Amino acid sequence: MSTLVIKDLHVEVGEKEILKGIDLTIQTGEVHAIMGPNGNGKSTLLSAIMGHPKYRVTQGSIELDGQDVLAMSVDERSRAGLFLGMQYPQEIPGITNSDFLKAAMNARLEKPISLFQFIRALDKNIAELDMDENLAHRYLNEGFSGGEKKRNEILQMKLLQPRFALLDEIDSGLDVDALRVVSEAINSMRNDHFGCVMVSHYERLFELVPPTHVHVLIKGQVVMSGGYELIEKIDQEGYEWIKELGYELESQEERKPIILENCGRKDNSYHG
Amino acid sequence: MAIDKENIPTNHAEYDFIDEDVSVFKTPKGLNEDIVREISRIKNEPEWMLEYRLKSLKCFLEKPMPSWGVDLSQMNFDEYVYYNRPSDNLTDKWEEVPETIKETFNKLGIPEAEQHFLAGASAQYESEVVYHNMLEEVKEKGVIFLDIDSGLREYPEIFKKYFDTVIPYYDNKFSALNGAVWSGGSFIYVPKGVTLEKPLQSYFRINSERMAQFERTLIIVDEGSDIHYVEGCTAPSYSKDSLHAGVVEIVVLEGAKCRYTTIQNWSKNIYNLVTQRAKVFKNGSMEWVDGNIGSLVTMKYPTCLLAGEGAKGTCITIAVADECQILDSGSKMIHLAKNTSSQIISKSISRRGGKVNYRGLVRHNKNATNSKSKVECDTLILDELSTSDTVPTNMMLNNDSLIEHEATVSKVSEDQLFYLMSRGLTKQQATEMIVMGFIEPFSRELPMEYAVELNQLIRLDMGEESIG
Repeated sequence: MSTLVIKDLHVEVGEKEILKGIDLTIQTGEVHAIMGPNGNGKSTLLSAIMGHPKYRVTQGSIELDGQDVLAMSVDERSRAGLFLGMQYPQEIPGITNSDFLKAAMNARLEKPISLFQFIRALDKNIAELDMDENLAHRYLNEGFSGGEKKRNEILQMKLLQPRFALLDEIDSGLDVDALRVVSEAINSMRNDHFGCVMVSHYERLFELVPPTHVHVLIKGQVVMSGGYELIEKIDQEGYEWIKELGYELESQEERKPIILENCGRKDNSYHG
Repeated sequence: MAIDKENIPTNHAEYDFIDEDVSVFKTPKGLNEDIVREISRIKNEPEWMLEYRLKSLKCFLEKPMPSWGVDLSQMNFDEYVYYNRPSDNLTDKWEEVPETIKETFNKLGIPEAEQHFLAGASAQYESEVVYHNMLEEVKEKGVIFLDIDSGLREYPEIFKKYFDTVIPYYDNKFSALNGAVWSGGSFIYVPKGVTLEKPLQSYFRINSERMAQFERTLIIVDEGSDIHYVEGCTAPSYSKDSLHAGVVEIVVLEGAKCRYTTIQNWSKNIYNLVTQRAKVFKNGSMEWVDGNIGSLVTMKYPTCLLAGEGAKGTCITIAVADECQILDSGSKMIHLAKNTSSQIISKSISRRGGKVNYRGLVRHNKNATNSKSKVECDTLILDELSTSDTVPTNMMLNNDSLIEHEATVSKVSEDQLFYLMSRGLTKQQATEMIVMGFIEPFSRELPMEYAVELNQLIRLDMGEESIG
C-alpha cells in the first residue's frame, strides 16, 4: 500500500497564487474526486503534483511513501509511480504511438520489454479500450480526435501501471460509449495498489467510477470534503450554496490558468 | 547555458581513427599547372582531359570567391594537397586490399554491409578507389559501375558525351577547382529499361591531414531505367583545415528515375563545398535525399534542371549544426519545360551555438507552364545560442504555374517535453524523441541501415545535457 501526502501546498503561475494551502492524503485503493468551478485550481493541483515547470511550488510538501516528490524531476516522479492523464495531451509528430509507448514502458524496466510481450500487451489494451488498431502506428496524438487522445491517455495509464493516477478531465470530449469504455478501464485498475485522483465537471463520470472521497476546491483551497453525497448536491444545486457557507467563488473570467497548455501551443505556432 | 568544452562528447568516436599514411604518391601542397599536368600524367589520361583540367584551373584561378553564403575567407588554397593515391592498383578482391585500409573499412562495417545489402560497393579511400566490387546480378543487367578513372578509360564515348554537360567547369569556383584536380568518384551507366532493386553504394573518406578530396561522380540513367545510388561519408577528425569540393553530375533520360542518397558526416574541420546537379529529361524523375551532419562549413544545394516535359524533381534534406558549424544547404529546382513538378522538404536543426541555414531557389521559366512546386522548410532550434536563417528565392516567369512555400521555426516546446517526461523519459530521451520525430520525413526515406546509422549519430550528438 502506498500513500501520497500533500501538505499546505501553495502554487503560483506567473505572479498569481493559484493554490493557497492544499492538504490532501490519498492512499492506494482510494478514488478521490476533486470538484469545483472552473478557474479555482483543480488542474493546477494535478499539474503541480506531476511537476509541470509552469507551476511553481512556493510552500508546502508532497510526499510519496515518505519520498520528497518536489525534489524529483518530472520523469523521476513518473518512474516513482505517478501518472498524469492530461486534459490536453501533446502531439509529437514523427514518433509513432507504439514507439513512444514502448520507450515509456522501458523507462521503468531494468531490462527492455521483448517485442512480443509489448505487442501482446498493446493489442490486448487497445482491444479493451475499443480503440482503432491503427492508432498504434500513427504519430503520437497527431490528428487524433479529442476522444482518441483521451483514450490514448488511458491506454498509457494501463500500460504503465502507476501507483497513483491523476486524471484531468479525462471525460471531456468523450461520447457516451467512449465514456463507458474509459470508466471500465479505470475501474479495472482499481485495487489495493492503485489510487486515483479525478477532476471532472460531470457527475456522469463519477457515477461510472464512484469515488471513495470527494473534495470541493474553491479559490485554491479545499473547502469541503466528504463522500458521494457531495457530488449529488453539486449536481442538483451547482456551487451557489457554497457561497452561502461564506466562500467566494473565483469568477469565470479568471479561468486562464486552466487553459495555459493551450496558450502555450498557440505561442509556439505564432511566435516560436 | 554554459558550455564546458571538456564535457562535449565526441560524436563519432568510433569513426575517429587515423591510420598510418600508406600513400605511394602524393603531390606537394598547393596548386599550379605542373601539379595538374602531373595528376593527368599519373592517371594516363587522354589529351582532351588534360586540356579540360588546364582550362578548369585557369577558370578557378580567375574566378573570385563566392560573395554570398558563408564567409570562406579563412580558406588558404596553398595549404592543401591536391592529389594523393594510397595504393597502386584498383583491386576486385577484398583480400588484396592493403591491411591498414581494410582495418579502416572494417571499422566502418563495409564488408558486413555488403553481405546484407550492397549491390555493389566502390569505396573511396583518399583519392583513388581501392576496392570495387559488384554483384553478378548488377553486371548481368549491363550496369556499368566503376571508379571514375576506369570509366574514362573503358567507356570513353559515354564518358565524353555526358561529362561536364550538367555542371560545366565554369559553373562556380569550386566546380572549376574540381575540374582541374578531380580524382576518384563513381561512374555509373544504367542501360535502357533496367531496374535495380537494391541500391548501389559507395563510401568516401578523407584520411590525410590537409588533404583535399575532389571526387567526381557521373551517373547516367538511360531511358526507362530506375536506380538508387547511396553515398556515405565519414572522415576522421584532424586539427588542420581540410577541403572537400566534389562534383556530382546526374543525367536522367526520358522516363528514367534516379534517387541519390547521401549523408555527409565530415569531421568538424572540413570545408564541404559540393556541387550536385541532375538534368532530368521528359517524364524523368530525380530524387535527392541529402543529409548534412558533419563538416565545419557546408555549402551544398542539390539541384534539378527539369529540362523535359513532365520531369519531376524532389529534394529531401536535413542539416544538423552543432557548435562551431555553419551548414548552409538547401536545394534548387529549375523548371525549363511545361508540366514539370518539384518538391523540396528541408528540416534543419541547430544546437549549442551551431548555425543552420536553408537557402533555396525555385525558378519557373517562361516555358514552364502548368508546372508546380512545393517548398516546405522547418527549423528546430534547440537552445538560445543557436541560430538559423531561411533564405528562399522563388521566381515565376510565366503566368500559368504554381509555387507554394511554407516555413516554420520552432523551439522544443516545454509542454511537449513535459508530456514525454511525465511518462518516465528523461529530458535527454524526450528531446531526442522530439528531434527524431522532427527529422522523420527524412529518415523514413533512407535504406534501413542508413536510418539506423543516422539515428545513432544524432543520438550520440544529443548526448549529455543538450538543452538547458
